[in-house]
Amino acid sequence: MIYDQASYTREEEAQHEPLLSEKDETTVDVREESPLPEELTRDEVTLPELSEPEIARHYTRLSQMNWAIDAGAYPLGSCTMKYNPKFTEDVAANPDGAVHPDRSSRSVQGTLEVLYGLQEYLAEIGGMDAVTLQPPAGAAGEFTGIRVAKAYHEANGEGNRSEVIVPASAHGTNFATAALAGYDVVELPSDEDGRVDLDALEAAVSEDTAALMLTNPNTVGLFERDITEIAEIVHGAGGLLYYDGANLNALLGRGRPGDMGFDVMHYNVHKTFATPHGGGGPGAGPVGVVDELAEFLPTPRVRETESGSGYERFEPERTIGKVQGFEGNWLVLIKAYAYIARLGDEGLADAAAKAVLNANYLGERLDLEIPYGPYHHEFAATSGDRDAADVAKRMLDYGVHPPTTKWPEMVHNAMLTEPTEIENKSSLDDLATAFNRAFADDDETLENAPNRTTAARIDQTSAARNPRLSWQALDGE
Amino acid sequence: MSFETPDDRRYLESHEWTTTDGDAVRFGISDFAQDELGDVVFVELPDAGDEVTAGEEFGVVESIKAVSDVYAPVSGEVVAVNEDLFDAPELLNQDPYGEGWLIEVEPAADADFDALLSPDDYRDQIE
Repeated sequence: MIYDQASYTREEEAQHEPLLSEKDETTVDVREESPLPEELTRDEVTLPELSEPEIARHYTRLSQMNWAIDAGAYPLGSCTMKYNPKFTEDVAANPDGAVHPDRSSRSVQGTLEVLYGLQEYLAEIGGMDAVTLQPPAGAAGEFTGIRVAKAYHEANGEGNRSEVIVPASAHGTNFATAALAGYDVVELPSDEDGRVDLDALEAAVSEDTAALMLTNPNTVGLFERDITEIAEIVHGAGGLLYYDGANLNALLGRGRPGDMGFDVMHYNVHKTFATPHGGGGPGAGPVGVVDELAEFLPTPRVRETESGSGYERFEPERTIGKVQGFEGNWLVLIKAYAYIARLGDEGLADAAAKAVLNANYLGERLDLEIPYGPYHHEFAATSGDRDAADVAKRMLDYGVHPPTTKWPEMVHNAMLTEPTEIENKSSLDDLATAFNRAFADDDETLENAPNRTTAARIDQTSAARNPRLSWQALDGE
Repeated sequence: MSFETPDDRRYLESHEWTTTDGDAVRFGISDFAQDELGDVVFVELPDAGDEVTAGEEFGVVESIKAVSDVYAPVSGEVVAVNEDLFDAPELLNQDPYGEGWLIEVEPAADADFDALLSPDDYRDQIE
């Protein structure tokens, strides 16, 4: 295995290639004219001096050492690693859209039209009345949604509601969101079918309940069939129903959270509408609410002008403030808009149907048991008494990315699998083969896997005990 | 698989142990617990002088698999902390009843050791 060190650490003689000017210098005097205090400055800095082909090869090599949805199947359950169509990149790269957000509404009518259009699309898709595009990620959307719910309760003189109910199987962000918003988290056990236990919910709600956060279909792909009863119980106690949009991609065109009784929701545009996963970079997690909560949404939002001749920004009357600058991450939002616009009603419904079909076809082909069903766009198989992480690492040797492992915890040695709508039958067959072969391999093979990848099995223990966090730590190896 | 459960101490259902003799007692986690956790990579403990309360968490043990709170078998004041664990958390895996101890506590006057699981009871629980 050769880890490719950042090339500029080489001490070879400076190399030039014909396209770069000979006047490039290895070091630059930076001291002169620096307004910084002396102890913070250096006399000179070393700049990379590499030929363009070297740079191109360096980064291409790094990209080849990685796995990506553009390289093959990536069935990471819950994460929804679906292909990002390249036309959305073209749309985002259009220089006409590259305007600074700090301009008068009148001069950015095109941008505002797209943002307004996306608010409308999302409201329609979710069955919500009002949408903010501002939150910069799904988790930020959750936090925004719960803060809006809190503001609503406070405005109604019910700020003493102190609890948010979260099913045990929920995404970890739900617990974090509730805690960060200042609520006590009440964990709700699942019933034996893997769904919300209505009796437990009845027992959990009270005058302290601010909200129930629910994912539907839930994290093992099951539709919460009792959603009407769930909504009645929560609303009956004066609480709000929060929809975690992580699995909305399974429902597109078939069910709307607003119609099920949800009051507030976030959209994971990267999962549902194929924008790039953030990974710490720019993302978007719009939030939709019913009418009663609209006045608390972050500012600014976008609306049509009274005359109907254009668009303007406005501040919701009792806004919770800003959770991000301006209207959010425009370059992500425009990709979601483009995706929705191109697929249309039928295309979105078709994407959801194929996501469910693909998961069910793949599930049928596996030799592993799938304890909970009928499932929709994802399923939690179990590797039984075999370690799910070992099976997963062996799958890498068979040329596919493994599923999410050991989560949710309600399934022992869970392998949470979500092929998404983008895989065709032969790709699903390859995935099934990789699953079944890895599952059938002997213990020793599993424990030593992977060995056909760029990096062999990572020593997680050493990595955690003695983290080496920069390229300098690799020196001398 | 069988796990060590020394007879000279008492246990909690949540897999902590305490010694029972002397002015100060030691807390730790059981052999079973360290095996369940897998390789421990980080330990967070209180400071000497802090109070711990029976049944309540006093620290955190993090492994490559999980992050777990650890609970105090009895109430008392912390008189010593096993600082070796900060640099060598693997001691918890290698020697959970010896060098892998967590904290030393001067038990409160009302500390109730009899309420804790006997070695036999604890063995029954993990078998």
